[in-house]
Amino acid sequence: MGDAVFAAAARASGGFVLVLLGGIIVSLFIGGLPAFRRFGVGFITNTDWDPVKQIFGAGVSIYGTLVTSVLALILAIPLAFGIAFYLTELAPAWLRRPVGTAVELLAAIPSIIYGMWGFFVIVPLMGQIIEPWVIDTFGDIPVLGVLFQGPPFGTGIFTAALILSIMVIPFIAATMRDVFETVPPVYKESAYGLGCTTWEVMRSIVLPYTRVSVMGGVMLGLGRALGETMAVTFVIGNTDRISSSLFGPGNTIASIVALEFPESPAGSLKLASLLALGFILFVISFIVLAISRLLLRTRLRP
Amino acid sequence: MSASTPGSIARGPRRDEGIAHRLARRRKRRNLIVAGLCIAATVLGLVLLASILITLLWLGGGGLSTTVFTTVTRPPGSHGGLLNAIIGTLIQTVIGTVIGTPIGMMVGTYLAEYGGNSVFAGVIRYVSDVLLSAPSILIGLFIYQLIVSPMGGFSGIAGSLALAVIVIPIVVRTTEDMLRLIPTSLREAAVGLGAPKWKVITFVCYRAARDGIVTGILLAVARIAGETAPLLFTSLGNLNWSLSLARPMASLPVTIYQYAGSAFSDWVQLAWTGALLITVGVLATNIIARTALRGRG
Amino acid sequence: MKLKATALAMILAAPWGAAHAQTQITGAGSTFAAPLYSKWGEAAAPTVGVTLNYQAIGSGAGINQINNRTVDFGASDMPVSGDQLSAHNLMQFPTAIGGVDIIVNLPGIQANQLKLTGEILADIYLGKITKWNDPRLAEVNHGLKLPNLAIAPVYRADGSGTTFVFTDYLSMLSPDWKGQVGASTSVKWPAGSGAKGSDGVAGTVRNIRGGIGYDETAYAAQNHLTTALLRNKAGQFVAPTPAAFAAAAGSADWSKVQNFAIDLNNQPGAASWPIESATFVLVPKDAKNPTQTAAVLKFFGWGFANGNQIATQLLYIPLPDAVKADIRAAWASQVKTATR
Repeated sequence: MGDAVFAAAARASGGFVLVLLGGIIVSLFIGGLPAFRRFGVGFITNTDWDPVKQIFGAGVSIYGTLVTSVLALILAIPLAFGIAFYLTELAPAWLRRPVGTAVELLAAIPSIIYGMWGFFVIVPLMGQIIEPWVIDTFGDIPVLGVLFQGPPFGTGIFTAALILSIMVIPFIAATMRDVFETVPPVYKESAYGLGCTTWEVMRSIVLPYTRVSVMGGVMLGLGRALGETMAVTFVIGNTDRISSSLFGPGNTIASIVALEFPESPAGSLKLASLLALGFILFVISFIVLAISRLLLRTRLRP
Repeated sequence: MSASTPGSIARGPRRDEGIAHRLARRRKRRNLIVAGLCIAATVLGLVLLASILITLLWLGGGGLSTTVFTTVTRPPGSHGGLLNAIIGTLIQTVIGTVIGTPIGMMVGTYLAEYGGNSVFAGVIRYVSDVLLSAPSILIGLFIYQLIVSPMGGFSGIAGSLALAVIVIPIVVRTTEDMLRLIPTSLREAAVGLGAPKWKVITFVCYRAARDGIVTGILLAVARIAGETAPLLFTSLGNLNWSLSLARPMASLPVTIYQYAGSAFSDWVQLAWTGALLITVGVLATNIIARTALRGRG
Repeated sequence: MKLKATALAMILAAPWGAAHAQTQITGAGSTFAAPLYSKWGEAAAPTVGVTLNYQAIGSGAGINQINNRTVDFGASDMPVSGDQLSAHNLMQFPTAIGGVDIIVNLPGIQANQLKLTGEILADIYLGKITKWNDPRLAEVNHGLKLPNLAIAPVYRADGSGTTFVFTDYLSMLSPDWKGQVGASTSVKWPAGSGAKGSDGVAGTVRNIRGGIGYDETAYAAQNHLTTALLRNKAGQFVAPTPAAFAAAAGSADWSKVQNFAIDLNNQPGAASWPIESATFVLVPKDAKNPTQTAAVLKFFGWGFANGNQIATQLLYIPLPDAVKADIRAAWASQVKTATR
């Protein structure tokens, strides 16, 4: 008797989780429906965000979300790899746990702390030292120079990507490390036996073996970066415009929702547009996560 | 396995000693350079962590005083503190954990003990992972649509529910992993003694996996204590002393968010002190959880 | 778990001195008015029996909250239109007048040295003027050596009444701005970068060489920011001083406006500061809990009667006495303050 009840409760809770996710997707979609209805599919590509004329489009936010996240990954992957390699192969045994824990602590720091630290420490650094130097040095190169022009605000897409990359490094590094450790030692040992250096073992044995899962870990980091709110809101410059320069300001879906939600009257088109943006973000995260799980499943699940 | 060194092995060692030596040196150098870069990467990671902690200590430590812990938030220039924010975070974190943990444990139990590898279980596992990685601001929006809008106002209970939604997938993952680690022999012994399945699970398995599950709960607590985005649209924040779950409730992260952008120097100082408190709390909880996990494994 | 429950119970039982004898009122909105209301709140509490809890979340959010009746009063620098007021059954009244400063960060330029005009400001924020050594800037700044530096315009990213005041001024002086962007608490800025909060704007301008932004006077003064001179309607370049604010306020004609929604931008007068606004408070005409509204009006009544000195100390201009009298009359006739 107790068994039947317990089993039913367990199964019901499983179903509850399904309902929960369904509820989130549905509520965001329904909330955003007025915006989709008014602007149609063009809502996704429209780069106008005009509260005065009541024209809203997701283009700028989607662009900002994707660019900051991809840029964050480009910055994070080499560093995460370096840390994972160090932790699995190079570090002496007594150092592995403390350093590993320290790196994991980076992941535990709340996002708003990253935002404040980013605004008070990194932004002045970027605005007063790094960006002026880069703009002066690279700004006048014919084609690529466009990426580095504009006033050195200190805030902007690049700074946001920088902060994001610091936040996702621990995730990617932890996944890489776990995955590196699943390589059967016999493969590595035979390579060492042939006289390979540590780097050669990593490059020719470990990486090819774990390549798929490493991609999975990278996608996981991407998923984290896409949804970051507080860290990005402080440093991205909050502008509803696509800027050609990496140092230009922009917006991500998460940051525009955080900033403009409090002043959106209930039932207004603006609120609907923000909910529609939330729905789009959810869809993007969903897809990224699906890809990540597909890639990771082969190695990590028992 | 393709040979990673070029043809020097094929041609014989003596005749090509010079080339072999140079190649060996080059490979060693490359190895050293990569190793150096990796060490540099790790050092950079540690330096960044140190920078954050030092900034917090430097800017937040100066504001630490008993006033912070004993006074509620007050208008600028009135020597306010953070008491209601701290209590609000504690209340919402506890309630969120209390609501989310049982649900998460039941789901994890289902996945480990009943569902196995069925399609239904696979789907639930997937859904749980999606919830785990979902941007927390979207969860805040969901609770706003579900509870705040119909209720006509922001409330502490809405904030707690948003946090509970974040707790659930974390506890699901840990519970399932911990339960799976329990050797079948333990279960068989309990069944052999005549215990029904549900008693096997609750009296034997939970007890055996207790440390791991508690670790998972602690990690969940550490995670939600620092969350700002889901609380922005649900519990909003309250500058007064309020314990009511039906009205807006203050929380430390939201108060920090409001204070950090203000133009009053005492509020900015309180923001840093609050940031220091949150970080210390979250990191301490994390370290305790991880050392407990490693200790028992 | 048990320990936490006991601790909670102890805290609940302890007399934390939340002033039960006093009525607590909550307000939200304008950051522009926040310093004033906070100081008034502190001073009024002992004598009036009302404690104020004010959240400076921005005018747009403040209007939202009073519409939803989640606070006792909303505060906005942007006057709400008559239709919106009737739709949400609100009464609007001003409480004080304040100026908006233009702040700059230019190497070698001191406070109140740089001269600007409204048209130039509009073109800077439209992205048409991009360098500090542009001829149009040199034209108005004879004798001042302006560097070859990119202009970095900064604006408020969150919905702000200060943004409304600034964009309203730009709309008055630049038809291009009016047609392309318009005036509101949140607009589509053609150029520049956004920052969160007044501190965000001040901090960002302080960060970039070549930065320019707009901020409330109280904040600019508190942070010792470099302010600029602005040309007013009479053609004079004036500095953002209390005298200039008073001159602009003095030439205002209150008789022609509905719902006290006066626009103080670009006022005539040789000494007037051109970017100025009243800040408004919104109360429900027919609140569910009229005692709260009564407390709100009592609080602001105290402010009108006794708060002038605090206001001038914080660089605001108090309302003319005649206007205050009109406001009190409007309270009596329009707002329900007692359950009948």
